[in-house]
Amino acid sequence: MTDFVKPVIDYFELLPLLVVFGVACLGVVVEAFAPRSARYVAQVVLALAGLIGALVAVVLIGQDVEVYADGAARGILAVGGTIAVDGPTLFLWGVILVLAVAGVLLFAERHLDGGVSAFAGQAAALPGSEAEREAGSRGLDHTEVYPLLMFAVFGMLLFPAANDLLTMFVGLEVLSLPLYLLCGLARRRRLLSQEAALKYFLLGAFSSGFFLYGVALVYGYAGSMDFTAINESVRNDTGNSSLLLIGMGLLSVGLLFKIGAVPFQAWTPDVYQGAPTPVTAFMAAGTKVAAFGALLRLFYVAFGADRWSWQPMMWIVAILTMIVGAILAITQNDVKRMLAYSSVAHTGFILTGFLGVQASADLAPGEVSALQAVLFYLATYGFVVLGAFAIVSLVRDSGGEVTSLDRWAGLGKESPVVAAAFAFFLLAMAGIPLTSGFVGKLAVFSVALAAGAWPVVVVGILASIIAAFFYIRVIKAMYFDEPVGDGPSVVYPSVLTATTIALGAAATLMLGIVPGPLLDLAGLAGQFLR
Amino acid sequence: MTLQTIARAAEGHEIPVVHPIAADGVFSWLWLIIALPLLGAVVLLAGGALAKGALDKVGHWIGTATAVGSFALSLTLFVSLLGREESERQIGQHLFTWFQVGGLDVGLDLLYDPLSALFLLLITGVGSLIHVYSIGYMEHDERRRRFFGYLNLFVAAMLVLVLGANYLVVFLGWEGVGLASYLLIGFWQHKHSAAAAAKKAFVINRVGDIGLSLAIALMFTTFGSTDFAVISEQTGSASQSTLNALGLLLLLGACGKSAQVPLQAWLLDAMEGPTPVSALIHAATMVTAGVYLVVRSNFIYELTPVAQTVVVIVATVTLLWGAILGCAKDDIKKALAGSTMSQIGYMMLAAGLGVAGYPFAIFHLLTHGFFKANMFLGAGSVMHGMNDDVDMRHYGGLRTYMPVTFLTFAMGYLAIIGFPGFSGFWSKDKIIETALAENWVVGLCALAGAGITGFYMTRLMLMTFFGEKRWEDGVHPHESPRLMTVPLIVLAALSVLGGVLLLGDFVVEFLAPVTGAAEHHEPPLPAIVITLLAVAVVAVGVGAAWVLVGRREIPRVAPTEVSFATRAARADLYGDAINEGLVVSPGRSLVGGLTSFDRFGVDGVVEGGSAGVGGLSTILRRVQNGFVRSYALSLLGGVLLVVLALLAVNLA
Repeated sequence: MTDFVKPVIDYFELLPLLVVFGVACLGVVVEAFAPRSARYVAQVVLALAGLIGALVAVVLIGQDVEVYADGAARGILAVGGTIAVDGPTLFLWGVILVLAVAGVLLFAERHLDGGVSAFAGQAAALPGSEAEREAGSRGLDHTEVYPLLMFAVFGMLLFPAANDLLTMFVGLEVLSLPLYLLCGLARRRRLLSQEAALKYFLLGAFSSGFFLYGVALVYGYAGSMDFTAINESVRNDTGNSSLLLIGMGLLSVGLLFKIGAVPFQAWTPDVYQGAPTPVTAFMAAGTKVAAFGALLRLFYVAFGADRWSWQPMMWIVAILTMIVGAILAITQNDVKRMLAYSSVAHTGFILTGFLGVQASADLAPGEVSALQAVLFYLATYGFVVLGAFAIVSLVRDSGGEVTSLDRWAGLGKESPVVAAAFAFFLLAMAGIPLTSGFVGKLAVFSVALAAGAWPVVVVGILASIIAAFFYIRVIKAMYFDEPVGDGPSVVYPSVLTATTIALGAAATLMLGIVPGPLLDLAGLAGQFLR
Repeated sequence: MTLQTIARAAEGHEIPVVHPIAADGVFSWLWLIIALPLLGAVVLLAGGALAKGALDKVGHWIGTATAVGSFALSLTLFVSLLGREESERQIGQHLFTWFQVGGLDVGLDLLYDPLSALFLLLITGVGSLIHVYSIGYMEHDERRRRFFGYLNLFVAAMLVLVLGANYLVVFLGWEGVGLASYLLIGFWQHKHSAAAAAKKAFVINRVGDIGLSLAIALMFTTFGSTDFAVISEQTGSASQSTLNALGLLLLLGACGKSAQVPLQAWLLDAMEGPTPVSALIHAATMVTAGVYLVVRSNFIYELTPVAQTVVVIVATVTLLWGAILGCAKDDIKKALAGSTMSQIGYMMLAAGLGVAGYPFAIFHLLTHGFFKANMFLGAGSVMHGMNDDVDMRHYGGLRTYMPVTFLTFAMGYLAIIGFPGFSGFWSKDKIIETALAENWVVGLCALAGAGITGFYMTRLMLMTFFGEKRWEDGVHPHESPRLMTVPLIVLAALSVLGGVLLLGDFVVEFLAPVTGAAEHHEPPLPAIVITLLAVAVVAVGVGAAWVLVGRREIPRVAPTEVSFATRAARADLYGDAINEGLVVSPGRSLVGGLTSFDRFGVDGVVEGGSAGVGGLSTILRRVQNGFVRSYALSLLGGVLLVVLALLAVNLA
């Protein structure tokens, strides 16, 4: 047993993490000491400042980072090799932070529901009780959601940067726990919301258990938690390979659960539907980006040398995910559930890119690498899904949001702008040219093809065709169906939600027309640092 | 810059290369020749929404003015061209880049050379006369403004066709004239027959257009360009089979536009259009576009004897086919249409004969443009006087009632049968002479065609202007107004004098920079003997007509007890039946089969597939029952799946 060596902490490179974590803690302090009336503004400003500060730090680090092997990789391994601040990490950090800023804007929206936020006035009050009514009449608001969001963001930043199994587990939990809580905080339909939170928590804990078991098995195989050391062992093929394979499988369960791959997707529709829509938007975008980052790092860095053993399993999962996601979405009558299944199908598409990994020597010059394609897809999808859920929060009646598809009929007449924006996001999800979704799909499918995964690509294309059906069905309902009864009404949002929607739409359009810069940026990120 | 030529020793003569010099001086106004009628078309067709009343009053004058303006400009350019050195008679003008995709870079380029110069004069000159004539002819039509808009559109498109410096611009004009032709054939769309005829012309022309567009595509893949300049320089390096294919595809295009067998069936029906249209489009200009295409593509045809032979065969069949049709038709316009088909056959024949024939193809094209336009307009004038009756069996003895029409028509008649001294005599005689020199079978066919021409034209003359009056009741023939007779007189003069173009071999030498100079082939007989022979054959034809038609009583209703030959000719030599049997019914069956396949096969797969997916979805969503215990179980199943998949793959 070697002696404990005090790790060198690279404060500059870890600045984004530290800022977000610091602001989260500060938020708790504000909650404790600031008067109720001042909390809302203080929390929102604090969160936005923290996120933007972290974003600036990411950009600064990106400009100042060490470059290896002529741009093949860049960055450093910080804190004794437990956190890798390399190109992909910085790219993902940037994406997560931008999505988080948009998330804060959605959280802070108080215009839609008569001057209060989408969160419960007093989460501890039982649904339907006197206390709840009182909290409602007093216009109370849970401003704790901002520190919770910041903790989740911290977890999301840590997750894809983690370079050993324990740090990854910590990231996983830090990202998940605040989200479990946030899911249960809806102001309207609280029972549904609480049920969703509990389900998410139970299943999340269950899958985390598998992840931990996998950590133990892989440690047993490699004798180390460190990805570099695991990679070393895999390369040298020491130890019991069943241990490795089972461990690898269990680790993947934890991550596949987070990204919502089949057969670990069961929670997705219930949670997406039950959670307050701002939380759904933030979670759908941010969690997917972070968890895919972690999945990429774990399998490319730690198990990259053994990719022949895990690629077939990923083929099966990707095919199942695309098929089940697309097919189940067809019969959904609820817009949020439909979007949840669509998110499952998108997980499958991203997985298609993920399993398209090839040795860098096999890549033609200028060919898009699997990592590049996945990073690009994640960025584009994040904006699309955030914008789509933001629009869902606008369509309401007296009972709150209206998510039943029947009630969306005739939205094109009621509010042409909102309907057009939603139709645009749906077309992007369907992968229609001139939207970012098309470029993303093209990128992931072509890398998978180049790696010889044509069966997966064929299924992917079939799934895209099926998926196009239910996206277009919503467009048809909005534009060509007669409204039922009074029809839905669109509440015009404050500048906060409007900014988010505009940001999503602009990113989707720009990345569809000129995808070059972002693709180049994803390429510039280079490979993972080992 | 001098004209470049490539010596091709094996061919025995040089094929000129298209190498235009930049337009300067008066030639920089080249684009205006097209722009004027185009502007007229836009104003007349689109302007109706703004100033309907005013345009209806002056629209026909605007249309005529743009055509006349183009003619004046064409004449100016022609005179300037004559003043130039022979080596500087190819002038190019780049207007703008039309499109640029990958390796295909197409400019809207114009080429003004002796060939297009002659065409410009014909199109704008005859076009102007027909515009003037139409003012009178269409006077009582309430849609006269639109008619002039279409006419202007046609003129503009036809000018694009003959001025294009690459095949794509030619194609633009080609489709433009097709559109204008369609619109004008069906101008009286309230008549079912007119609408049907327009559709027929359109569809048959599409078949030809496929040939032209495939040829253009093949040129692009072979030469990487569609410019005349590039292609004419590189044809020597292309393989023989490519050149053959190019020649045959271009011929297919030419057959469609010029109503050559087997795509001839639309021309007779096209006579449903107003008569000025028949004169301008379906006699003088558009139908000769195929001849233009073959002559313009001389750098391809010169290198492909196979395609040239096919051109000659098609032309010979057509010239006899059209002539036979002309013998049996009682509708004056259809008889003339058959004659047009036959005369274009002559031009095509000359074009197929190669260098020796090109100038005479163009020469005959010009003279035919004069005398056939003259006769069509004359027929229109007759119809004008006979309450729009077209049946010659209801005419007779009109020469004293319509003296101007009769005299001008007679000039055209003498020209077309090749009466010595008249324009048609010079041009047709040259073609027969060249054909005999190249191949005596073809030559004899051409000679026979001349005899048949003499027959059917004399029959037409006799039935219309001579003999008994067989008019319908209440018809009072009268001479047409001045606006209609003046163009007739001008065209009659041109029909008589068109032969001057051959003075001192002008047309041959003028076109030599485009078509190349032919070495002289001795005909099997002395030229004067051939000429005398041709005149004799024509005289036989005329005499036969006199015996069979002139000296007999003409029944007012066509007799039904006639020989098989007459029946066949009346039925367009069963052209429609052939099309019906060979193309239309198999096509209809094919389409029927495809529709059933689409309905039951494709739709079955699509709808069955979607129903299946929907059903699967309904079944699968039952798994999503909302119980967290079931979800946990499915998660556990997933764990097993993942782990087993890993183990199975690696330990198997």
